[in-house]
Amino acid sequence: MLEIKNLHVKLEEEDKVILKGVDLSVEAGSVHAIMGPNGSGKSTLSYVLSGREGYEVTDGTATLEGEDLLDLEPEERAALGLFLAFQYPVEIPGVGNMTFLRTAVNAQRKARGQEELSATDFLKDIRAKAKDLKIDADMLKRPVNVGFSGGEKKRNEILQMAMLEPKMCILDETDSGLDVDAMKLVADGVNALRSEGRSFLVITHYQRLLDHIKPDVVHIMADGRIVKTGGPELALEVENNGYADILAEVA
Amino acid sequence: MAQPMSKRAALKAAKQEAAVERLADVHIPQGAAWANAARDAAKARLVDMGMPARRDEYWKYTRPESLTTPEAEAATVLATGEAPIFDALDRLKIVFVDGVFSQAESDPLEMAGIEIERLESAASKDIHWAKDLYGVLEARGQSPVERPLAALNTALAADGIVIRVTGKAEKPVSLIYRHESEGSDAYLHHCIKLEEGADLTLLENGPAAARFNKVLEVDLADRAAFHHVRAQGRDHERRAATHIFARMGTESVFKSFTLTVNGRLTRNEAVIEMLGDDAVAHIAGAALGHGDFLHDDTVFITHDALNCESRQVFKKVLRSGAVGVFQGKILVKPGAQKTDGYQKSQSLLLDDDAQFLAKPELEIYADDVACSHGSTSGAIDDEALFYLRSRGVPTAEATDLLTLAFVAEAVDEIEDPRLAEEIIGRLEGWLLRRRQG
Repeated sequence: MLEIKNLHVKLEEEDKVILKGVDLSVEAGSVHAIMGPNGSGKSTLSYVLSGREGYEVTDGTATLEGEDLLDLEPEERAALGLFLAFQYPVEIPGVGNMTFLRTAVNAQRKARGQEELSATDFLKDIRAKAKDLKIDADMLKRPVNVGFSGGEKKRNEILQMAMLEPKMCILDETDSGLDVDAMKLVADGVNALRSEGRSFLVITHYQRLLDHIKPDVVHIMADGRIVKTGGPELALEVENNGYADILAEVA
Repeated sequence: MAQPMSKRAALKAAKQEAAVERLADVHIPQGAAWANAARDAAKARLVDMGMPARRDEYWKYTRPESLTTPEAEAATVLATGEAPIFDALDRLKIVFVDGVFSQAESDPLEMAGIEIERLESAASKDIHWAKDLYGVLEARGQSPVERPLAALNTALAADGIVIRVTGKAEKPVSLIYRHESEGSDAYLHHCIKLEEGADLTLLENGPAAARFNKVLEVDLADRAAFHHVRAQGRDHERRAATHIFARMGTESVFKSFTLTVNGRLTRNEAVIEMLGDDAVAHIAGAALGHGDFLHDDTVFITHDALNCESRQVFKKVLRSGAVGVFQGKILVKPGAQKTDGYQKSQSLLLDDDAQFLAKPELEIYADDVACSHGSTSGAIDDEALFYLRSRGVPTAEATDLLTLAFVAEAVDEIEDPRLAEEIIGRLEGWLLRRRQG
């Protein structure tokens, strides 16, 4: 599904190298987690994959089902099936949440040569999916993320994911700012979307999200590289011993 | 020995001379004695203050020349083939073609709750309520800031509509301004008198003429409500100078929204006097321009009573050489305690080649008031743009969505959702046409 090879990335403005040769392969239907200390490059990886400006790829490749991602515009990557759940979802005053979602869904359908969803079908779909995530009608009407609590913003990200039905979902620190109940709700939303044709890359600082979203593979990232890869037990090791031991071991 | 004229006196003399010259060959309509007197008084006012000139404080950002010349510069008539705005709504239609009332295209001038008449007809009657309004609010609005183009209008305007509202008007009155002749120069003057507790919605749309000078005087008695929504015509080369003069009684409500897309030059002035306690005045506008476009909102709100609320909300979207101007003032008179006045003027500059000039002014002579202003100028928010693109919305469409969001706050000032929808439809249309080049 997602193949990253020897990815080197630096900040455009500061000439600071962030990613120093990332290799990662996420198979279809699997859930991979990336853990790592602050500043290891986890969020940069998610931004580079989704096409945010301000980063320069100096070496390496990233492909989604064989398509080169790095040459594409963010909207083209989205239409191919890539989705990033933001660590800090953006507030957009003046744009209704519903309008935003319908525009996004139809833009992707159009890009894939599909017909636009009728207003009725869209409404039916979004109401059902919003209900599962305990998102009420008021949240759908309000401007995108404006005045939403931390938990509401993250649930809104998952709602977008559910509506857009991407193939490759990247969750960037989705657990940050969530209490236990909110995290469970978000995790349930993600788990409901797990399927054979859909892969997840869960970026997190802590192990606790992985209690709810069970990963198949866990990677440890440090200083711009994946330094260790293992099964779910690796996450527990981090939880019990912190990153220091693992980093010392691979140093 | 004669003193040499000061520079200021020389400028004033030149302005006055220009006014005399401007009035030399014009046709002043003749009617009943009161109407003739009002027009003569307006002529005298104009000669006394002189024509606007570039050195005037309130004409620093907008050059007045093309609005003051005897002949209007020609403007191509835009043929869109689209249904005009508000077409689907039930309303009383009054049509002016190049500034002349068209009986054939207008509905009969009658409706429950209002008396409605052409200015020409009202001005020919010896006794008419319009005597106490025509040119009266305009004259009051000449101080402390002079508005010579409005005095010119009172002197010259032969046509317009006068409406006296006694109850709740059963449907909106819709003034439709068609532009047919490339060189047309139109002067219209409307008077609206709302009696106690009366309620009227006034719609205006269309370019009117190559050059349009319009005055609207609105007198609101206690507890009267006036809602005003206008869409100025899209003809690219048209010019317009419009004035609204409003006088407000106790607990009266005045709400006005203007959409402006295109037009080479638009100067919209509003002068609102809040004389009764607990009155509410909101004036808002959205202007979108591309290329040879200058849009100027010049607003003066006077709080002269207790506990009144005023809002100015103006949004401008500018690109490729377009210029936006905002000159907004709140004057709080001594004793106008508990005044709540706010003005917001913002521009979205879609490229580096656009300009926004804002001059917010507060002048306050009471101590228990809340008055503020916010003026900003910025580009599309990169974070929001990336967020939308990451969800699959292409850049151009995302930019339009964010542009609509930017002007939404002004459109929200329209109370009637059907009218707001009509305006949003026009905004979307304009953006779509620009996107498609």
